[in-house]
Amino acid sequence: MVDIGPPPECWTRRHLLGLEELSAEEITLILDKAMVFKEAMTAGRKKIPLLTGKTCVNLFFENSTRTRTSFTLAARRLGADTLDFSASTSSLSKGETFIDTAKNLEAMGVDVVVVRHRTPGTPQLLAQNLRCSVINAGDGPHEHPTQGLLDIMTIRERRGSLKGLTVALVGDIAHSRTARSNIWGLKKLGAHVIVCGPSTLVSPRWAEIDVEYSYSLDDILPRVDVLNLLRIQFERQFSRPFPSVREYAHLYTMDAQRLAKTKDDILILAPGPINRGVEVTPEVADGSHSAILEQVTNGVAVRMAVLWLVAGERGKGEGGCVAAGLAPRCSSI
Amino acid sequence: MSTLIIKNGRVIDSSQQMDRVTNLLIADGRIAAYDAEPDDECTTIDAAGKIVSPGLIDMHVHLREPGSEEDETIATGTAAALAGGFTSIACMPNTDPPIDSQSIVEFIRGQAAKADNCNVFVVACVSKNREGKELAEIGQLVEAGAVAFTDDGSPINSPELMRRAFEYCLMFDKPVLNHSEIRELTEHGVMHEGLTSLILGLAGMPTAAEDVMASRDIALAEATGGRFHLMHVSTGGSVDAVRRAKRRGVRVTTEVCPHHFTLTDECLRSFDSNFKMNPPLRGKGHVQGCIDGLIDGTIDAIVSDHAPHAKEKKMQELDRAPFGIVGLETSLGLVVTRLIEPGHLDWPAALARMTCNPAQILNLDKGTLRIGADADVTIIDPKVRWTVDPAEFRSKSTNTPFAGWELTGRAEVVIVGGRVKFERKGEEGRGKGEDYCE
Repeated sequence: MVDIGPPPECWTRRHLLGLEELSAEEITLILDKAMVFKEAMTAGRKKIPLLTGKTCVNLFFENSTRTRTSFTLAARRLGADTLDFSASTSSLSKGETFIDTAKNLEAMGVDVVVVRHRTPGTPQLLAQNLRCSVINAGDGPHEHPTQGLLDIMTIRERRGSLKGLTVALVGDIAHSRTARSNIWGLKKLGAHVIVCGPSTLVSPRWAEIDVEYSYSLDDILPRVDVLNLLRIQFERQFSRPFPSVREYAHLYTMDAQRLAKTKDDILILAPGPINRGVEVTPEVADGSHSAILEQVTNGVAVRMAVLWLVAGERGKGEGGCVAAGLAPRCSSI
Repeated sequence: MSTLIIKNGRVIDSSQQMDRVTNLLIADGRIAAYDAEPDDECTTIDAAGKIVSPGLIDMHVHLREPGSEEDETIATGTAAALAGGFTSIACMPNTDPPIDSQSIVEFIRGQAAKADNCNVFVVACVSKNREGKELAEIGQLVEAGAVAFTDDGSPINSPELMRRAFEYCLMFDKPVLNHSEIRELTEHGVMHEGLTSLILGLAGMPTAAEDVMASRDIALAEATGGRFHLMHVSTGGSVDAVRRAKRRGVRVTTEVCPHHFTLTDECLRSFDSNFKMNPPLRGKGHVQGCIDGLIDGTIDAIVSDHAPHAKEKKMQELDRAPFGIVGLETSLGLVVTRLIEPGHLDWPAALARMTCNPAQILNLDKGTLRIGADADVTIIDPKVRWTVDPAEFRSKSTNTPFAGWELTGRAEVVIVGGRVKFERKGEEGRGKGEDYCE
């Protein structure tokens, strides 16, 4: 029997669009619930049917393997039905707008739309136009809240708390939604955030919201507790922001030599998919400081927590899982 | 002889430094006399408590016809102009086909005559097919009635073409208007590049894109002696470049849109495409730069850059939605609410930027209430509070960021060539079309 405890009053959201708008309490709540789901799964439970009868659709306008798979698994483990919808198989090629597409899906009785899109703000637009729940699975370089949550969950699991930790996000900050979601979540939970990368991809304006910026990975290495190595988003770059991958790798690849300069208990994350040899070398990615695969496991747990919080029905589910007060509503249609 | 007398209005006409309460007599479509007394024959309009201005001029309007009649037509656009208080508008050439031939100029003038709303002056293309390569047949376009030249919708990118345009237009004494923007710096851009674009992950359009080309155009105007009009200035840097050029005696003028002295890039946090326009909404400092430019006279004109887009086009992802907002029906209210009420400009200074200044830039015999001038008159209620309701727009499109805004000041009566073409009747909530009096 899974006991996820009495849900606090503070969760009132029907959508998860980004971490910027969440309070520290809301983020902590998601992480706490994710831990419960993770423990249940680790204990061998494959199904925790809190969303039986619900339908979640993955509305992906951009390619994704792991995020989509992770959401699908999370929804199925909660007993929901899932449906994949990708732009290439849709009416979008026939000129239908994406809002029409989403409204059509909603009219078929969908409860949760998990959306990924190349354009920032698209989940917000859907949330305004649909009655069901919308979860942002990445909107261009804007936010990717569940990725931010799972990164933070992984750090919290290893370190107990975020308070006072120095976390460096390294790489293509300009085009990274993972960076933005991490920045909001980490700051709210009391961590100090450094963004680090080439000056064409790291804006000094980050300092305006109390995020430290640095162009030198070597300079910051000795004082960071966590390194999150972000992928170079070649597909989002409209002009080449650095002369060559070789030069980038020379300046920013996390390799064994750089690892030697860090604190002994450094924690290394990478949201993936990783370019081995560019952001990180194999001996570091697969080494004892790396939590890369744990992030993937945590991803499913975080997404279960989010799905349950936005779409769970009050009073339904197994004993001890009373969602009263928490509860989300869009019990649609 | 048909006569009309506008009684007891505060007549503000900057073309003759006039600001006094008087009775204005209109006869045979012209301004006939001041301090006149009504007789039995003439129609009387009581303008007590109202402002009587030369008919307002908006020198930057997109009418979309021919080519995009789903967004606007010449008939609907000119009706919107009247409702906004404008007796004359200048329409931009980024139609389909573009206004690069006599026949298109004549078509537009013909449609405007048929619509019989306000005066329409045609701004034609600088380049053939608006392609930015070869000069259009500017001499013939002038003969057809074009009053100025621009490739608006796109910048005149080539410095060589810009130079030739300045030189060639000199012999017709026509200004060259440019949407000054280095496109290589704004490619894929959706909004102003700043902290907000950084946080939202939206591709930015840096101020340098405007500043660099505005400065280039000023240098070319200076070198050729040509007349340069910088369209829709939006950055403090460009305002300052114009200010310094004017001091040196360069023949440069500029204009600003109400949204650029009213809104900032932070509005994009809503991800609402009605805040997407080009030039984009800038930061607070630039908004202040525009206001400062209006106060010290660097900015000559206020224009709406009325850019109607059908709902289905705007209701797309932010990067796909087209740039631009409608503005004819909110322009005056924003000028009163955002410039006059806070004390940035007084009424004569504000109205000069919507009457005699644009007339002068385009060499129009308009924007004045001198005796003998065309009787284009706008009677404004300076005190009325009203709420912007896009459902009441005469424009075919409703893409405004100001829906629901409460504004002060609105045109009550609009007279074109001595004929009352628009009269606002009744209060809020009346249906479309009820305000027409003719």
